[in-house]
Amino acid sequence: MKILVTVKRIPDPDESLKFAGNAIDTSSSKWVANAFDEYAVETALRMAEHIGNKDRLAEVIVCSVCPKDKRQHVTQFLAMGADRGVIVDADETAMDSQTVAKLVAEVFRREGCDLLVSGKLSQDSEGNEVAQRAAGLLDLPQASFAATLRWDRGANALTVGREVDDGVETKTIPLPAVVSVDLRIVLPHSVKNGATADDHKYSDGARLASLRGITMAKRKKVDVHTPAALGVTPSSHVAVAGVTAPEKRAAGQIVDSAQTLVNKLITEAKVL
Amino acid sequence: MGARCYHRFVPAPRSPYYTEDHEALRSTVRRFVEREVVPHIDQWERDGALPRALYLAAGEIGLLGLGFPEEYGGTPGDQFAQFVATEELCRAGSGGLVASLMSHGIGMPPVARLGSPQLKAQVLPPVLRGEKIAALAITEPSGGSDVANLRTRARLDGDHWVVDGSKTLITSGMQADYITTAVRTGGEGMEGVSLLVIPGDAPGLSRTPLQKMGWWCSDTATLYFEDCRVPVGNLVGMVNQGFAAIMSNFNGERLGIAAVAIGMAQVCYDEAVAYARQRETFGRPLITRQVIRHKLVDMAQDIGATRAYLEAIAWRVDRGQWPIAEVCMLKNQATQCLEHCAKEAVQILGGAGYVLGAKVERIYRETKVLSIGGGAEEIMKDLASRQLGL
Repeated sequence: MKILVTVKRIPDPDESLKFAGNAIDTSSSKWVANAFDEYAVETALRMAEHIGNKDRLAEVIVCSVCPKDKRQHVTQFLAMGADRGVIVDADETAMDSQTVAKLVAEVFRREGCDLLVSGKLSQDSEGNEVAQRAAGLLDLPQASFAATLRWDRGANALTVGREVDDGVETKTIPLPAVVSVDLRIVLPHSVKNGATADDHKYSDGARLASLRGITMAKRKKVDVHTPAALGVTPSSHVAVAGVTAPEKRAAGQIVDSAQTLVNKLITEAKVL
Repeated sequence: MGARCYHRFVPAPRSPYYTEDHEALRSTVRRFVEREVVPHIDQWERDGALPRALYLAAGEIGLLGLGFPEEYGGTPGDQFAQFVATEELCRAGSGGLVASLMSHGIGMPPVARLGSPQLKAQVLPPVLRGEKIAALAITEPSGGSDVANLRTRARLDGDHWVVDGSKTLITSGMQADYITTAVRTGGEGMEGVSLLVIPGDAPGLSRTPLQKMGWWCSDTATLYFEDCRVPVGNLVGMVNQGFAAIMSNFNGERLGIAAVAIGMAQVCYDEAVAYARQRETFGRPLITRQVIRHKLVDMAQDIGATRAYLEAIAWRVDRGQWPIAEVCMLKNQATQCLEHCAKEAVQILGGAGYVLGAKVERIYRETKVLSIGGGAEEIMKDLASRQLGL
C-alpha cells in the first residue's frame, strides 16, 4: 500500500495581511504548512501504523509543488513520520489548481500509489479543488471532506464518513481512491485501519514532530521532479480581478434579552 | 494555530544562529505548550505541582531528552536548541513549569557525564521518557552556593552509603524519583564532596513541601535524610570528586536561568504590547501614548541586548568553551532584564496586571527566584570578579 499525501506551504495565516498593488505582498511572509495537510498526513500515518507492533501497513509519501529550496514544510511532515518526500520544483503561486492537480496525478501514477489523501483545502486561497480534480484526472473514486475513515484491508476498500449539511454521509469506495479530509479526521477515534485496536485512542489533533523525528527527517529521501519531466506545462487560467482586505468588523453589542436580540437581527442586521 | 506574533521585534529565523531544525523544534515545543500546558497551567499553579502525565507527554515528543546521549533515549541538541525549547516553554508564563518539568536538566547532566554505565542505563532512560522525575539537591539549610562547606554526610556501610543531613529549596523535591545529591564523604572542604543519586523511595528519606512567593506549580521541598541507605552503585563519578562536577553543573544551570529570564521577559513584552493595543484610556489606545511606547522600547532594547549576550556565549559553549565570568554576568544581566520588564509590564497592565491569573502578575512574583537561585546576584559578581582577576 502506498499513500500519497499532498502538502502545501502557505503564508502564515496568523500574520497581518500586507498589500502590494493588486496582490497580497508575501515577500516578508513566514511560510508555514497548511493545517489541513497536517490532518491529511496524520490520517495517512494512522492508516500506516500498527500501534503496539512495529509493522507498517503502508508507505506514506508526502508530495509538494514548491521551489525545491523552500521545502521546510516537507521536512516538517517527514519529521512527523512520513517515510519519504516528492517535490515538484516549481513556483506554485503562479499555477492554477488544474495544473497542480495534473502534477499530483502524474506523481501518483508514476509512484504507483493506492491512495491520495489531501487536506480539503489550503488556508490561503481556500480553493478546495485539487483533490477533486486529481480524482477526475486519475479517473478514481473519491470521498471529499472525510471526518471518519475505516480501512477494510480484506475488501481493499475505504468506508468514509463525510460531514454534509444535513448529517453524516457514509460512503464506501474501492481502492485506489482519492480522499480529502476535514478537521474532525484527527479526533481520537476517527481513523481505523483494521490492525490497530478499534478502541485505541489517538491524541486529539495531528501529532507533534518529535525531536528525534526532526533529527531523522533530514536523512529521509526526497525526490525532486520538474513539471517538464512530469510532462506538465505550468499554466494558469485564473485571472485575479482584484484583491482587497475584508471590511473591518464593527463593534459588537451586548443585549439584555433574547427578544431584543431577535428584534435587532430583524430590524438592524436584517438577517431574519 | 499560533498566537499572532506581529509584535515580536526579533524575527529569530533571520538570525545566523538558528537553522531549520531549530525552527522545527520551536514549532513542536510551541504547540506542545499550547496543547498540553496552557489549558491547565492555572490549575497546576493552584495544585502546587505538575501532573506526571505532563512528564510523559514531554518525554513522548523527546523534549526531556534534548541534549542527552542518544544511547539512553536522548536527542543531541546544541545550546541554541536548549534556548529555543526554554523560550517556548516560557510562553505559558510559568517559571515553575520550566523549573519542575526540566529539573532533570540540572539533576541528570552529572549522571550522563560521570555516572557508571550501569547507573546511566538504570536512571537516564526512564527520566528521559518522563516515567521518572529527577532533581538536584545541593542547597542545605546552612547554605547554598558554599558547596565546599556542605554538611550532609554519607558514610560507607557494606554495599550502601548511609546518608544523614538535610537539603532545602529542592525543585521537584516532593515528586522526584531520583535525587542527585551532594554529600560529604570525606574531610572538610571541597575535597570531601561526592554526588549520590538517591532514589525517591530510599529508606530514611522524608520530605516536606515549601510554600513560596512564586513557582507555585513547582513542588519545592526540604528533604531529610536519617540513616538513608543508598546503593554504592549510585555514586556519580569518583568518591570525593564531586565538587568540580557540581561547579561545572552550575554553569549549565546559570545559562539555563538566563534563558528562562529572557523567555519570561519576552512574554512580559508581548503581554504588555497586546494590552496596550487593546486598552483605551481617555478615548485612545494606551499604545498611542508616548510614555507607554517608550517603556516598551526600553523593554525591547533590554531583551534584545540580553538575548544577543546569551547567544554569543551559547556560541562559545557549543565550541567547547565555558567562559565562567561571562556566564555569571549574563545571569545577572538576564535576571535584571526580567526584573525591569516584569515591573514595567505590570505597570502597563495596571490593575489587570495585579490580579491573579495575569501572566505578568505571576512572572513579577517569579523574578526573585531567578536572581537568587543557582547563585545569587552577589555571588555571581564575586565569582566573576575572581575569574576576571580583579
